Amino acid sequence: MTARLSRRFAELKAANRAALVVYVAATDPDEATATALMQALPEAGADVIELGMPFTDPMADGPSIQKAALRALAAGASMKKTIAQLYAFRAVDTDTPIILMGYYNPIDSYGVSRFAADAAEAGADGVIVVDVPPEEADELTPALKRHGLDFICLATPTSDDARLPKILAHAGGFLYYVAVLGITGTRSAAAAQVEQAVARIRKHTDLPVAVGFGIKTPGQAAEMARIADAAVVGSAVIDKLAATLTPENQATPETIPAVAAFVGELAAGVHGARA
Amino acid sequence: MNTRLPNSFAAGPDDRGHFGPYGGRFVAETLMPLILEVEKAFAAASADPAFKAEMDGYLADFVGRPSPLYFAERLTEICGGAKIYFKREDLNHTGAHKVNNCIGQILLAKRMGKTRIIAETGAGQHGVATATVCALFGIPCVIYMGAVDIARQQPNVFRMKLLGAEVRPVTSGAATLKDAMNEAMRDWVANVEDTYYLIGTVAGPHPYPVMVREFQKIIGEEAKAQLQAKEGRLPDSLYAAVGGGSNAIGLFYPFLDDPSVKIYGVEAAGRGTDTEEHAASLTMGRPGVLHGSRTYLLQNDDGQITEAYSISAGLDYPGVGPEHSWLKDAGRIDYVSITDAEALDAFHQMTRHEGIIPALESSHAIAQVLKVAGSLPKDHIILACLSGRGDKDVETVAKAMGKEL
Repeated sequence: MTARLSRRFAELKAANRAALVVYVAATDPDEATATALMQALPEAGADVIELGMPFTDPMADGPSIQKAALRALAAGASMKKTIAQLYAFRAVDTDTPIILMGYYNPIDSYGVSRFAADAAEAGADGVIVVDVPPEEADELTPALKRHGLDFICLATPTSDDARLPKILAHAGGFLYYVAVLGITGTRSAAAAQVEQAVARIRKHTDLPVAVGFGIKTPGQAAEMARIADAAVVGSAVIDKLAATLTPENQATPETIPAVAAFVGELAAGVHGARA
Repeated sequence: MNTRLPNSFAAGPDDRGHFGPYGGRFVAETLMPLILEVEKAFAAASADPAFKAEMDGYLADFVGRPSPLYFAERLTEICGGAKIYFKREDLNHTGAHKVNNCIGQILLAKRMGKTRIIAETGAGQHGVATATVCALFGIPCVIYMGAVDIARQQPNVFRMKLLGAEVRPVTSGAATLKDAMNEAMRDWVANVEDTYYLIGTVAGPHPYPVMVREFQKIIGEEAKAQLQAKEGRLPDSLYAAVGGGSNAIGLFYPFLDDPSVKIYGVEAAGRGTDTEEHAASLTMGRPGVLHGSRTYLLQNDDGQITEAYSISAGLDYPGVGPEHSWLKDAGRIDYVSITDAEALDAFHQMTRHEGIIPALESSHAIAQVLKVAGSLPKDHIILACLSGRGDKDVETVAKAMGKEL
């Protein structure tokens, strides 16, 4: 695990608190707003940030994150701009772990080695690539390892006891448990089922377990925070952002405060969950 | 390019689904166990003579196979060169080659105990074929189709509905085949327990490219035997339209290791490969990863997928089956492209001179044949795939002619 990630999870564990992981998409709705929003997230209560790398064909994402990607691309999003946003963030925050999340083609197109080098240099801690399962991971993991980046792996309700070791063989940082069968931002999982799944996963690994997909409210986030080491919220945050935009997808003075306020509510839920 | 020639061009893929650097299984973890299950079930079915017997029965009595091999005497005369033969996949039940694959996969889905079918469609041919086999076996099905394609392929949309399918319009992206495939994958991720995704072409994650090829190679196997019976020899050249590439691989595959046979895949050049409006991923694209496999793609410098365009909805896809990518790099197949205008001209020639209204997809292959046949010797034998009939396209053609139906 990178120093930043292990330090963050150790601090939280010592405080008996789960982490709030917040997803935002790079360059959504524009470069300046996305940069300022990202910088506002730690103070609002995000413990870890997932920075989405926009892609035209996000196959595992629901409408909210699809639209975020398209808004970002319309605003000129690119891998270079994502990395630039990361540099801008690190200029003001050297503590909050950043996970880059996206799909493989833009990474492949940029060049896997160049991507790993530039992302690490800019201050990323880990990478989630939704469409690279363990079967194809050898394309990516040597370069990530060389540059000290964690390959964050996904486990799902379909990952049984035979499958989990295959996933964990590549996993670093934390394990991201996808709580529902489905795409982001749609259904929500029942806490009892997630609790069982997380217990099963813990038999296979000592990595922290984050739960995501379908967590929309501070209450749901709190529920997951009692079960897992981290709760990930993406689509609900994006929805708050989208609701503040003009019909032409321009940011308004409300954009950053509205998202920050919502992240604050989520953080209160997560951080108070085990009290 | 490969540094050494393989012993066989027909040996792939390896057990991880790779054709050289292409193919693979680039899917979300949720789908992985299911894809492994499909792979296992397909391997078991392939080894089971009862499965083949059942499939052959439906192909004979329901689809109407073998499809004829037709000598196009008048086009041959008009071109004044090579002898032109067409493999008549347009005469299959449902009007295209797509049904060959659908019979195979629906029988597999049944073996796997799946109770719901999903599929994507562009021109609607695969959607109609899927809806047809689902009606045949009484399995509910949902067809994802881009809203733009729905507008230009109304007859097929209505056909699918008559057959009992639910047609779900897809409005994301450019609202065409690529986006329909994204939506189908999203559906599958959410319904892995009971749903089988019946992919219509040799694309997608392993094992789909090899499985669809195995269900389509009957095109080339039959044609090879039929031409042997008529001419006593192999053809000299093969032509087929390439969108995802399933009719093409179906015709080509049994000839890959016959070095005397030249093979040409014909992509859609749309308004021209010098414009941005085409679907020529092999001739104009570069390798990348989309919809589960590494293959040639239309993409920008930043790895974002660009929109494909063709007058033919079935060729309007920014990727292509990974085996085609490998065969291109290996130098075994030449890929060329045909514009909308050339395809339309071929559509009219075929209709007027042979009394066969071809699909606009197939018209691309025909156009390439018409382009080259005249300059080839009279003892040269061309074998082209007439992959589908054009009834579904008459509105599009009328519009291109400036007429309203």
